[in-house]
Amino acid sequence: MDLSYGEGAETFRREVRSFLKGAWQPGERRKDELKAFIRDFRTKATDAGYLYRAIPKQYGGSEQPADVVKAQVIREEFARARAPMEIGGNGMSMLVPTLLEKGTPEQKDMFIRQTMSGDMMWGQGYSEPATGSDLASVRTRAELVGDEWVINGQKIWTSQGDRATHMFGLFRTEPNASKHGGISYLMLDLNQPGVTRRPIRQMTGEAGFYEFFFDNARTPASWIVGERGDGWNVSRTTLKHERASIGSADALGGTFRKLVELAQEMEIDGQPAIKDAKVRDALTKIEGWVMAHRYSSFRLFSLAAAQEQPGLVGLMMKLLLTETGHEMALLAQELIGDHALIEPASAGTRGRGPEKWLDQIMGTLGNSIAGGTTNIQRNIIAERGLGLPRDLAMEADK
Amino acid sequence: MRFHPTEEQLAIQDALKGTLEDAMPRERLEKIVNGGGDFDRESWNALMALGLGGLALPESVGGAGLGLVDLAMGIEVLGQGGVVGPVLQHCLAGLALNLADDADARETWLGKIASGETVATVAFGGNWLPDSWAVTVAGGKASGVIGFVPGADAADLILVGTQGGGLALIEKGAGVVVEAVQSADRTRRLSAVTFDGAPASVLFEPGDARIARIFDAALVLTSADALGGAQYCLDLSVAYAKEREQFGVAIGRFQALKHQLAQMALEVEPARALMWYAAYAWDSQQDDAARAAAMAKAHIADRYVSVARAAVAAHGGIGYTWEYSLNTWFRRSLFDRAYLGSPTVHRARAADLAGW
Repeated sequence: MDLSYGEGAETFRREVRSFLKGAWQPGERRKDELKAFIRDFRTKATDAGYLYRAIPKQYGGSEQPADVVKAQVIREEFARARAPMEIGGNGMSMLVPTLLEKGTPEQKDMFIRQTMSGDMMWGQGYSEPATGSDLASVRTRAELVGDEWVINGQKIWTSQGDRATHMFGLFRTEPNASKHGGISYLMLDLNQPGVTRRPIRQMTGEAGFYEFFFDNARTPASWIVGERGDGWNVSRTTLKHERASIGSADALGGTFRKLVELAQEMEIDGQPAIKDAKVRDALTKIEGWVMAHRYSSFRLFSLAAAQEQPGLVGLMMKLLLTETGHEMALLAQELIGDHALIEPASAGTRGRGPEKWLDQIMGTLGNSIAGGTTNIQRNIIAERGLGLPRDLAMEADK
Repeated sequence: MRFHPTEEQLAIQDALKGTLEDAMPRERLEKIVNGGGDFDRESWNALMALGLGGLALPESVGGAGLGLVDLAMGIEVLGQGGVVGPVLQHCLAGLALNLADDADARETWLGKIASGETVATVAFGGNWLPDSWAVTVAGGKASGVIGFVPGADAADLILVGTQGGGLALIEKGAGVVVEAVQSADRTRRLSAVTFDGAPASVLFEPGDARIARIFDAALVLTSADALGGAQYCLDLSVAYAKEREQFGVAIGRFQALKHQLAQMALEVEPARALMWYAAYAWDSQQDDAARAAAMAKAHIADRYVSVARAAVAAHGGIGYTWEYSLNTWFRRSLFDRAYLGSPTVHRARAADLAGW
């Protein structure tokens, strides 16, 4: 076992650090100036081979060979310098890899650059009100009329739906084909007549998701990715490029450190809660899980760097995150006591008192649903990880 | 950077696992569980012939010169196989002796521990933590009683915790009386050992920084045994769920059972990296090595008991019977949880070490 990155990586780290020292000096700038500066910085960082590494040069990327260790060093150094990485979101994480693998040359030219620049912001259109985990049961229809798809139906749970300019998603194009065989992967412009967007207010009080209604909305026939009816397979395309990251290793660590601080601030019987034996035991119990998660992230990173498969542990990181998040939320609830009676969004208290933990407490409930519910995560671990037979209903569906 | 096992480490695991399976067939293990003594010479010899005793000892004494990470990975598969006797303590005694300055003791014993010719064990005493160790040594003679010593009956050599937290080496013979305790874990029998003027050589005085390191290594190795045991309980339950039928289908199709097994896997698999880290931190003497050892022992021992319980539940009635071997591993989980101090004790230590 060796947790050092090696001499080659450290040399590379010095290069990145020296680049950042020269190129990232944001200083005091007006908002619009800062925006232009960041745009310029991203271009320089791409030219240097640090950003958009998986994207070919002809589409504006830096086209670097996959190297998870270098990618990790870049993430660490950019985070240290507080420099911006790639533009995030569904467009970069899901659509662009899909286009690179399955898109036409015209589609790559038309969409990749604009997604990288942030001019096109993408909402994901997979979920519908009745689909849930049965993603292939989408009903929203797209019918080819002349040289356009005409779309009718509803999509839901689109994150950042307020800012999205476009959507990619799954649409039923062959109503008479089989459940999995009748779906196509389409892109469409969201700023057109026939598209209505509506925020969904969630239990925290915020609106993090939107739903979209389509009433004869239109998209060009050529905005289909892959073959007609092959959308199910297209949607499962993922580019295995520098995906492993121990940047996420501290996903729980940050919250845990805040929980420790909370226990230091709050009092029980006139002394800091963290001096209480029960609180200390509860904290260290949770920390056992936090450490198991952190070092498992190291393990996954190490496997990825050696180009080996992640195996069982790779399937369980999300569930581990969710479950440990719940444990932290429960302890936080205990520690804040009466502050749990205060609505954090009320009277401008957001982000100040201990009641701000309510967002965290409710947020962990969101984790247990987003990206596959906890029940589905357990099915995946049992079936793909432990090799147990598939659910009867799902087998019948095939 | 490499934070997953090397080919060599996996080969060591395979060899140890295969050797234990061959030397300790199920009927033999059952015989031992049903009252066949506290030591098994055949499996001991087979494991020692593979080099287990010297895995983490220098090549100069016939060892392999590897680290605690490698030894812990070895102990893990032996925990999975339900190894009999003081294997962990023997290896730990070797590690401790190798850290000592006493050239005579090293010369006399290290080679014999590496080969397994001498059987060694470790007797800490008190409430397990070094401060509570209580055997006194005066004029080279040891006096006192230590309860719950694994493998004392078979051992030739005992590494003994002394008053205030030191360690002395005592050869079994005159002045050493071993009395068996009916222990819950029948694969690792315990004894109470009385020292009454037994000749002892002091290896480490109280306060020696190496004492903490030896105790940390004991915690790491115990967590490795627990991890392996939990893995066995999971594997056995998964195999059972695939083969046992109810209502005309394998019970592993039922979501409730699937989720229970997924939960068990969630307890076992991520804990592996925690155990590795604790061993790695020990080998490379990281600042957080003591804390990582305490956390690994507390967390993984808890996981073992939890997974062993779930395994019994997943099996239904058969899991609760004496004949079905699962209870052997359930008992081992109780041993690993209590041995060297409970999870609560080590979590409290970890909180102290964090400066909370």
